Amino acid sequence: MTATENATPGAPIELRAVSKSFGPRKVLEECSFKVTAGTAFVLLGRSGTGKSVTLKLICGLIKPDAGAVFVNGEDITPLDSNALAVTRKHLGFLFQTAALFDSISVGENVAFPLRRRAEKPDPEIRNRAAELLESVGLGNEYDTMPSELSGGMRKRAGLARALAVEPSILLVDEPSAGLDPITSSEIDQLLLKIKTQQKTTLVIVTHNIPSARRVGDRFAFLDGGRLLAEGTADELTASENPLVRDFMKSQQAG
Amino acid sequence: MPHSIASNPQPWLSRFLLGVEESLGWFGGFCQFAGLIIRESIRRPFEFGELLRQVVAVGYRSVPLIVLSGLAVGSVLSMHTRSTLERFGAEAMIPTALAFALVKETGPLVTGLLMAGRVGAGIGAELGGMRVTEQIDALESLAVNSVHYLVVTRVWACVIAAPLLTVLMNFSGLAGGFLAEVIVSGTSFTYYLHTAFSSLAFADYIPPTLKTMVFGFIIGTMSTYLGYNASGGAEGVGRASTQSVVYSSIGLIVVNVLLVKFIFFLYPGGGA
Repeated sequence: MTATENATPGAPIELRAVSKSFGPRKVLEECSFKVTAGTAFVLLGRSGTGKSVTLKLICGLIKPDAGAVFVNGEDITPLDSNALAVTRKHLGFLFQTAALFDSISVGENVAFPLRRRAEKPDPEIRNRAAELLESVGLGNEYDTMPSELSGGMRKRAGLARALAVEPSILLVDEPSAGLDPITSSEIDQLLLKIKTQQKTTLVIVTHNIPSARRVGDRFAFLDGGRLLAEGTADELTASENPLVRDFMKSQQAG
Repeated sequence: MPHSIASNPQPWLSRFLLGVEESLGWFGGFCQFAGLIIRESIRRPFEFGELLRQVVAVGYRSVPLIVLSGLAVGSVLSMHTRSTLERFGAEAMIPTALAFALVKETGPLVTGLLMAGRVGAGIGAELGGMRVTEQIDALESLAVNSVHYLVVTRVWACVIAAPLLTVLMNFSGLAGGFLAEVIVSGTSFTYYLHTAFSSLAFADYIPPTLKTMVFGFIIGTMSTYLGYNASGGAEGVGRASTQSVVYSSIGLIVVNVLLVKFIFFLYPGGGA
């Protein structure tokens, strides 16, 4: 079922009553939300509450046990690997650990998705990869191996690779995890730039409230696999649920 | 509650049945994975660039190990053959006996076991590392079919490299045997080579060499299966690597028995 007619117009991402378990452990229970085009949607919550799993569900890396995941108007849950590959051409994914391919250089990591599409000659691909690295402040690191980069640099290189195919949707897992506040702020500025200049729809998973406030438009709070609250930052800060309120306030100074 | 054969009240029997159940489940998963590899092998796009890179990694980089091992195995086999044939005054048969032993069984099996050690461990650790660091997920997120790109190419690289390395092992073994013979009897290279190959027929040489393609498939499939499905961080990667070697070795030793029987069936009186 492609279910294009069922998807909400203007929402490139929509989860509808999605449930997911790993063995006896329920990770998501009837979780539903939608993300408006060109906005940044931030998933908040404590560790192990299903945030990263949600991103992987949107990318089709794991399948839900129940419910539907719409990406660009299409329910991706019944799709096979070839059909998913077509959907993923519009998606970018920045992993928590950046997940750079450690057997090739940083520049070749960024060039990799461009080479796969083989739409441009090799010199153009190299130039484009170099431009992308320049845009994330890694202009001199084309031939550096990923193992030689710091955590922040790896994340920026991962961002450059995710942006190489000019995705209309960017999934970002913990952009500030393990980074100092200044580097974290730099990553946030890059994400803001992508959102405002390229009109990319962002779905961001984070624990970092100051970072979330800088980039996010709408926020959702997950706990125990359930969506406890959804709204703007101010709405969540004023939430009647003490867990949501405390979470939003606990890191305001950080 | 779903019925399980492991729900037996006897604790030891319950553990045993649970072990059997898990082993069967694991083997079923492995067979499914092997089927997936075969299906994906005939689907486009064909990853020739990556396949070539893997043939170099699996085959070319194994050359020093195979040559050195071949020389050692050949010289040791030659010494043992001499000590046995001397008792019957049949030293002239040493090159022939060595060629038969190497070409028909020792060469293919030793090559398979060396590949299981070097290549199996390498693939298990590499894919396991990629799995736990989310590199396989990253590949998928970039619209790349990871089974096609990572698994199929490695399995076919093993299938292609195994017979080539076996031929190299056979010649290295004969060279090692010749060196051992030169020291003892001062035999000439031409005589040695002529005697070694004079009794070998097509059925003696080709089937045992080609059967290593099956060894390559077992090593490639087992190590990619364990690496691709690795979990549990560094410990999981180590486990995938170790199990790749152990299970590949056991698999090819067992399958070798069946293949030898099969080759004898095809070529009665020779071949295996």
